[in-house]
Amino acid sequence: MNYKMMGRFIAQVILIEAAFMIPALLISLIDEDKAAVNGFLTSIALILIIAGILLSICRKERGGFYAREGFVCVGLSWIVMSILGCLPFYISREIPHYLDALFEIVSGFTTTGSTILTDVEALSRGILYWRSFSHWLGGMGVLVFLLALAPLSKKNGFMMHILRAESPGPDVGKLVPKIKQTARILYILYIVLTILNIIFLLIGKMPVFDAVCTAFGTAGTGGFGIKNDSIASYSPYIQNVCTIFMLLFGVNFSCYYLLIIGQVKNVFKDEEFRTYIGIVLGSIILITWNLKDVATSLGYSGIRETIRHAAFQVSTIVTTTGFATTDFDLWPSFSKSILVCLMIIGASAGSTGGGFKCGRMILVFKSLRRNIRKILHPQKIQVIKNNGRMVDEKIIENTNAYLAAYVIIIMISFIIISLDGFSTTTNITAVLACFNNIGPGLEAVGPTCNFGGFSILSKLVLIMDMLAGRLEIFPILILFSRSTWTRR
Amino acid sequence: MKIIIAGIGKVGALLVKQLSAAEYDITIIDLKQNILEDMVGRYDVMAVQGNCASMNVLLQAEVEKADLLIAMTERDEVNLLSCMTAHGVNPKLNTIAKIRNPEYSDQVYKMRDTFALSLVVNPDRQAAREVERLLKFPGFLKRDTFAKGRVEVVELRVDKDSKLNNLALNDMYKIIKGKVLVSAVARKGEAITPDGNFVLKNGDHIFVTATMRELTIMLRNLGIIAHKAKRIIICGGGRMSFYLAQQLERSGITVQIIEHNYDRCVELANLLPGSCIVHGDASSTTFLESEGIEDCDALITATGLDEMNMVIALYGNNYKIPQVITKISHIERSEITDTLQLGSIITPKELCCNSIVRYVRAMNNQTGAAESVHSIIENEVEAIEFRVDEKTLHCGEPLRYIKFKPNILVSCIIHGMDTKIPDGNSSFQVGDTVIIVSSGKNVIYQLNDIFA
Repeated sequence: MNYKMMGRFIAQVILIEAAFMIPALLISLIDEDKAAVNGFLTSIALILIIAGILLSICRKERGGFYAREGFVCVGLSWIVMSILGCLPFYISREIPHYLDALFEIVSGFTTTGSTILTDVEALSRGILYWRSFSHWLGGMGVLVFLLALAPLSKKNGFMMHILRAESPGPDVGKLVPKIKQTARILYILYIVLTILNIIFLLIGKMPVFDAVCTAFGTAGTGGFGIKNDSIASYSPYIQNVCTIFMLLFGVNFSCYYLLIIGQVKNVFKDEEFRTYIGIVLGSIILITWNLKDVATSLGYSGIRETIRHAAFQVSTIVTTTGFATTDFDLWPSFSKSILVCLMIIGASAGSTGGGFKCGRMILVFKSLRRNIRKILHPQKIQVIKNNGRMVDEKIIENTNAYLAAYVIIIMISFIIISLDGFSTTTNITAVLACFNNIGPGLEAVGPTCNFGGFSILSKLVLIMDMLAGRLEIFPILILFSRSTWTRR
Repeated sequence: MKIIIAGIGKVGALLVKQLSAAEYDITIIDLKQNILEDMVGRYDVMAVQGNCASMNVLLQAEVEKADLLIAMTERDEVNLLSCMTAHGVNPKLNTIAKIRNPEYSDQVYKMRDTFALSLVVNPDRQAAREVERLLKFPGFLKRDTFAKGRVEVVELRVDKDSKLNNLALNDMYKIIKGKVLVSAVARKGEAITPDGNFVLKNGDHIFVTATMRELTIMLRNLGIIAHKAKRIIICGGGRMSFYLAQQLERSGITVQIIEHNYDRCVELANLLPGSCIVHGDASSTTFLESEGIEDCDALITATGLDEMNMVIALYGNNYKIPQVITKISHIERSEITDTLQLGSIITPKELCCNSIVRYVRAMNNQTGAAESVHSIIENEVEAIEFRVDEKTLHCGEPLRYIKFKPNILVSCIIHGMDTKIPDGNSSFQVGDTVIIVSSGKNVIYQLNDIFA
């Protein structure tokens, strides 16, 4: 294991983190909020010291950097980043318990949006900004950002493992031959879309601070609101802008790249894109139909408002964002069941969203169909195709393994957090909401409630779930594997 | 005319045999000395040993004086390079290359000027097309079309319980109730040009010239069921099978390919999404049964081994499959293969050779040249299509007054839209198309060669 190289990497990651704390610090300075300023300054100083120590220890980078190093590096970076990133919350005493602060920042970086806070509006603006910004940074991945910037060693080829470990999806590929260019294109697309989102929100007369924070939450498909009732108090126009941008950020970013280079047809032929759009539209129609009889008792005036709420909730769940405009916990159980299914499916591969991913879903269904046929006709050879191209058997195998790991982790987490004595619905949706990086679940963790009531153990489990869900299980899972740490 | 044949494989050897009989100067190039010695010993040709893509070897074969280069080596790339090199040395040279890899077929067509190719042949694709035609018009062992599909020469087999058994040709019209002509009969490997008193025997293969319409009538009256194949099993997943399955998929026919190589199965499954690719050994009867050989409409045996193909075809006949087609690549068709119940036989090398010979004849004599040539009994009987022009002798004379060379038969005259099977009173006019069936040692370059 090349520890020195990894040390350098992690040092660079936390330096970037410290740099991104500066805007939050400035906001606190403007607001003359001494506790927050103190929190940020102390955190930045601490990070600088740690990074300095790491860099001085790991001065000489040497040796290879392979798949194992890549995966471990991604897993460790995220953990270190979270441990240090929550310091402003804790030092400023705005979140008094360290574990709560850690839960909050992990929820931010993993773009989950689950909170332990009962009153979000009580936080100062600098802290709120940092909380929302963590979504934006976590959405595309801080290591991808590093790849886009840093002049890494000549062995750049191995950096593909990092891109692969941090980007969501079963089959991560490059858009252009150079990995650095790929990372840059991804971030440029991400920034442009975020700015567009801010502009559209400003047109709806949203205050600048609110617009920026909401756009960060939307772009990373995170879902931290800066109001206690999330997006519900904003105008219908702003809600619709959020719906559309959430859906846009749930699309595979390579689709945008194809659009820019003029291959519009390929985007609309893409099986995952079609499935994603189909699932969204289908769910909206089903939920609207289910809600039309109970709309008045929920306080929705007319079909248009019902559709707006249905569309918003479907997009927020399917893209794993987690904003809310209404308390969907009050909806009829058919609608709630659809939302729970959407929680599992999640957004497209290669987007900022989490969940199982539509692309994987397609592969799992195709492989299932093949296995059924295989029972009837054992000697028949069938290949699985996606977008007309043959999918490698290895990817199918990985996808099925991913499904197995996904189910097992959810089961174990579910059993552990059941110790706290909440209802079964609460427990299962809490795990699903954290693991799929959504945010709110149902009942005691519903859109109007929070995760503050869980015990320390449950919070730790949920923190690991969020990290595992964001990094697609394996980078976190291999940290617990003995063979990772033994010599080759 | 001077011809260089590079690469003496299956097709190459057959070409040497066919072309050396005519008055061509042939030089052969091959890497293997023993093959060359064998060919020189059997035919009147000159041999150059070496790599046919090398300029030095081509110069040794006097490519600068040659009119045609036929590149028939096993490797497409060598064939292409050979043609390009030869064309570079002698820009007036015509070139024919064998290109078998399906991945090249597109570029070879689009870039034929860059590659300096006059004609591209692909034995597998030709064989696949032939099989497809047999499947679409079942009931024959072999089928050749003339005059742009208006006239057919088909091969039928006289079986013991056939209505044609022990029948004199004069009485044939009573059964068939249509006008067809038996142009040639193959009996025990020997070709016969029959007259009216000729009596058909069990085991004869007859070659019948007829128009499309008459053909259908004949099939009906002979009691040969002609229903189109819906479910087809192909044994062996070679290139011919690929072309065939691709072609059949387009016309919506279910194809099942049995292949023993797993990797090839995966490759085919990727290329042919509409077909069912099965991994297994086609020579095992239990396996064939489990794949439902009993209720398939057609069985095509296209593995790389002729023996295997023949054995599977015999199995197929045992299961009473309506149509069995056997691919035979190496073994020469003979008495023995004809006595076996192999169904229709497809010989890719022969099909390929025919198309090249046709090209050579057309090159040899631009006027009065054959429009198409089909060898209907290997090297013994040919059916040739000619256009009658001003230089043709005996125009307008009734056929019975014209003196023909022995073993020559005018088997069809096409006058405008009117297709006619001729009798003694018929005659041909300028502008007509005639089909001549010639057997024995006659070599027909142009129409006037048929007259004595």
